[in-house]
Amino acid sequence: MESVVARAGIWLAALFVAIVMFVNAVDTGFAIHMAIFGLAAIAGLVISLRKTNYFALANGVGTAVDQGRYDDDLIRAGVILTTFWGCVGFLVGLVIALQLAFPVLNLGLEWTTFGRIRPLHTSAVIFAFGGTALIATSFYIVQRTCRTRLAFPGLARFVFWGYQLFIVLAATGYVLGITQGKEYAEPEWYVDLWLTVVWVAYLAVFVGTLVKRKEPHIYVANWFFLSFILTIAMLHLVNNANLPVSVFGSHSVAVWAGVQGALVQWWYGHNAVGFFLTAGFLAMMYYFVPKQAGRPVYSYRLSIIHFWGLIFLYIWAGPHHLLYTALPDWAQTLGMVFSVMLWMPSWGGMINGLMTLNGAWDKVRTDPIIRMMVLSLAFYGMSTFEGPMMSIKSVNSLSHYTDWTIGHVHSGALGWNGMITFSALYFLAPRLWNRERMYSLRMINWHFWLATLGIVFYASAMWVTGIMEGLMWREYGADGYLVNSFAETVAAKYPMYLLRAFGGVLYLSGALIMAFNVWQTIAGKLRQEEPLRTAEYDAAADRPLPAVAAE
Amino acid sequence: MSNKHIDEPTGVETVGHEWDGIEELNNPLPRWWLITFYLTIVFAIGYVVVYPAIPFLNKGSEGIWGWTSRGQLAKEMDAAQAGRAATLAALEQTPIEQLPGNPDLLRKAIAGGKAAFRVNCVQCHGAGAAGGIGYPNLNDDDWLWGGNLKEIEASITNGIRQPGNDLTHASLMPNFGKDGILTPAQVSETADYVLSLSGKAPLNANGKLAFEANCVVCHGADGKGMRSVGAPNLTDAIWLYGGSKEQVAGSINKAHAGVMPAWGGKLDGVTIKMLATYVHSLGGGEDFSEAPTQPAAGTPGNAKP
Repeated sequence: MESVVARAGIWLAALFVAIVMFVNAVDTGFAIHMAIFGLAAIAGLVISLRKTNYFALANGVGTAVDQGRYDDDLIRAGVILTTFWGCVGFLVGLVIALQLAFPVLNLGLEWTTFGRIRPLHTSAVIFAFGGTALIATSFYIVQRTCRTRLAFPGLARFVFWGYQLFIVLAATGYVLGITQGKEYAEPEWYVDLWLTVVWVAYLAVFVGTLVKRKEPHIYVANWFFLSFILTIAMLHLVNNANLPVSVFGSHSVAVWAGVQGALVQWWYGHNAVGFFLTAGFLAMMYYFVPKQAGRPVYSYRLSIIHFWGLIFLYIWAGPHHLLYTALPDWAQTLGMVFSVMLWMPSWGGMINGLMTLNGAWDKVRTDPIIRMMVLSLAFYGMSTFEGPMMSIKSVNSLSHYTDWTIGHVHSGALGWNGMITFSALYFLAPRLWNRERMYSLRMINWHFWLATLGIVFYASAMWVTGIMEGLMWREYGADGYLVNSFAETVAAKYPMYLLRAFGGVLYLSGALIMAFNVWQTIAGKLRQEEPLRTAEYDAAADRPLPAVAAE
Repeated sequence: MSNKHIDEPTGVETVGHEWDGIEELNNPLPRWWLITFYLTIVFAIGYVVVYPAIPFLNKGSEGIWGWTSRGQLAKEMDAAQAGRAATLAALEQTPIEQLPGNPDLLRKAIAGGKAAFRVNCVQCHGAGAAGGIGYPNLNDDDWLWGGNLKEIEASITNGIRQPGNDLTHASLMPNFGKDGILTPAQVSETADYVLSLSGKAPLNANGKLAFEANCVVCHGADGKGMRSVGAPNLTDAIWLYGGSKEQVAGSINKAHAGVMPAWGGKLDGVTIKMLATYVHSLGGGEDFSEAPTQPAAGTPGNAKP
């Protein structure tokens, strides 16, 4: 009984705080955000009161949870929301790609300009799609590889839904123009504080589950998840050290100034790639690839060495985002050499993933999910080679500030993060809803090819346009003067912008097919279709015809 | 606890752990992987020795090659400057009137002017120098203040309507409507008449009267303008502030008095000379021989309205 009262009290207190903040708000955006906070508190209050089993309470019997099953409610919600956020994020990405080609699509409205929609896209794909996938799969994997249910189930629910509230606050903030102007860390101080609370709770649930594990050892996927959770907490706290102008307003001022601020920002920005998009997704890879292939992980020793190599080297590589800037030369050099040394530790994950298929390579032909995983690892390998290469000063002097960077990011994001998440969703959906298989394997195959073609169009268009504009910027004429104005380099990119948008259309259509497929699977339907298989082989017929005697 | 066994398809022993059905093989680190990893470390150590890399209390190590990013920039800029030095010196000594007689130097000046234009001028005149409302198109043969090399150079150097610059082009058209010199009806009629000069409207007799009483002083009886005061030619259907009835009437009602910076205070003489040759080369540049019909800009500062 006490716990119900305490829980309701916490929600009421949160609601009270939101109302006080709302009433005193000094700007509209802050007022809207406090209204959203208040609505979330009301929702939390109603749900926690309605879910209480008052009959059991009144009769003094505990509400028994089936300890013989894993705690999968949140993961089911996670599969649905990951699919949803993915489609939203890809759609917004397509819109901004088209805005670059056709500026009229900015619509002349402040809420729909490229400057506000672009962070909406990056956050929707990284934090909404990727983050929801990471939380859901980490809860799924940690329970199974520890053979135990989640620790602190109530807190786990707070983590999951609290993170969704963070996404809603961040997304509405971008459109309203609330930003602290740091790439991938745009949300303002109060949203940062909220995420801090959620993230500490996430750490508690994850470590708590590890502590009560029934296995003697901690599986490699969980090392990666733990490093992801811990490092993101550290990065988030340091980079978002801001002083609010007013506790009732959305504006704040960064503690770090000038080149120190730039270095902290890119230390954060680069390790968001390293620990969110690499370590976290490697954890997914380390569980789903061996499960789907039904094969042991290739090398335990490699997993240890590349794990420690990756997390030790990654954290130093941020300054390569600031080559040829006001950052002192020594820091630029360190950023570059640590990036170069990072190449092999990154590839360790690719090797361990791909070589896990030893003895199961035939499945690449017959299992579209395995095929997605292989392509995902291939793109992971490509972009983790490209990254160290682009961090080399002479390469960077050409590639920096060009669309090559955009191409590099998307070969990693669409290829590696997207494909490994899709395959995890295809793995999870039938298991979580007790279905025999996905609604349609042929649709997975369609998704695979649409996404692959989309990435090829996108990345090659951006590579070409990036190198082209880099060369145009530095082009000197015979008389020793720069040849191109900036506007001319923008105009020259137009055809490539169209190709990039076309790639986005393909990628988005693949994701929509996946959404339909997941939907039908949840609805319990099975599509009647020809199985995917290889051509028949008849050993008896595989020989030359016997010679026929001449008449 | 340990359950080591040989994995059938690969013949490699497992480590003996198992999580949710996942086992791990005891393969060694791939040799090529390890060697490449070591090579990147060796490269990194070498790089750290030759380049600035190690932070100390007050500053970082300098590296044995003594390289700095500022030094590299200075070297590249010096090299580019040195490549242009001969041209710049020749341009410095050649008066702009003599440039057409030296085609090679003129070509180089135009190339340099193009580069300078892209940095300093495109913001208003556009990347193609086609201008826009309020910013003259530099590709046509319509010149407000004169279109030979010398006149263009003077316009760039001293700017348009720059306070404190005695040589700047300065003139003010009165606000005929706003200041009550003409009634609103007269403004409208005058606008019709001005449009009729370009054949864009039927002749308006009242407008003609108002024009003759108020406008001919600067724009001339035939409406062809006067370069000494920057009064535009009103008969060529080229409009700096738009050619619709509303826009022309608006200009008569309240004059615009556009400005351009005096670049003489910001750019060196050679750069301005190069800019003038580039603008001249765009189209419509006038020869010195081809004397404009109106008296050339003598003392543009003494413009009368």
